[in-house]
Amino acid sequence: MKISAIVTLKNDVLDPQGKVVSQTLKNMGYKNISQVRQGKYFEVHLDEKNPAKCKEVAEQMCKKLLSNTVIEEYKISISE
Amino acid sequence: MKSSVIVFPGSNCDRDVAVALEKFQIKNQMVWHNDLSLPKSDLVVLPGGFSYGDYLRTGSIAGKSKIIKEVIEHAKNGGLVLGICNGFQILTETGLLPGVLLRNKDLKFISKNVYLKVTNTNNVFCTNFKKKNVVEFPIAHNEGNFFANDNLLNKLEDQNLIAFKYCNNKGEINDEANPNGSSKNIAGVLNEKKNVLGLMPHPERVIEPLLSGKDGSLLFESLLK
Repeated sequence: MKISAIVTLKNDVLDPQGKVVSQTLKNMGYKNISQVRQGKYFEVHLDEKNPAKCKEVAEQMCKKLLSNTVIEEYKISISE
Repeated sequence: MKSSVIVFPGSNCDRDVAVALEKFQIKNQMVWHNDLSLPKSDLVVLPGGFSYGDYLRTGSIAGKSKIIKEVIEHAKNGGLVLGICNGFQILTETGLLPGVLLRNKDLKFISKNVYLKVTNTNNVFCTNFKKKNVVEFPIAHNEGNFFANDNLLNKLEDQNLIAFKYCNNKGEINDEANPNGSSKNIAGVLNEKKNVLGLMPHPERVIEPLLSGKDGSLLFESLLK
């Protein structure tokens, strides 16, 4: 199965890269942008058929390595 | 006094800090990150550099390296741990120190000398700063923007765990003297037991007046007491 994890900075953490991207998009003419947050995307392929187990492993991976929960939050999805 | 400097792939201040330790008669040994056991040491130093190419997050991969379990054990048993620059980032990733180091506010790598106010001199790393508590150290980092939530910042202040703050040459702590956007101008913090110190500036680069200055000597001399 495939684990997809999106890691982004928490809302109260300054994201200077996101700010620069937002400003650049505005300069390009996309005036109605209110905010851009930049993040990371991980795909982990796992030899495991049970989605519940995958979810559990994914949670651990995100907590222990893929994100730093002091500043980041993560969203997990599981697919075939 | 005996020390161990942990060397990761991408460390580049490991030999500088070894020279500094030896200058102050601290018997030092270099320890490779893949080693499973730590030589008997009073002090463990995590040096500056770009461990594992700063992949994922600065310090995150080094924070899971084999030797780190031993370093955490050493710290839990009261042993001294000093993390400089990337070493500080690694210590926050392991949880030995609170907070986290984000990308500099202006997204630029900063390499310059800064002034620091030593805000806690009652710990084994900083006793010698009592005679001079505004010092000049170099910084060289891309991720030195110390971040912690308000609760943690209050706790750090209340428990006096902030060791160094960025200031101007008069010792005034203000926004202009903050090079990287760190919360409350924090440049270095201690753990609760005050046996673990992490700081972004480089004391090991200012131990020789002929080359650069000598304010960093105060830190190494403090350790000898």
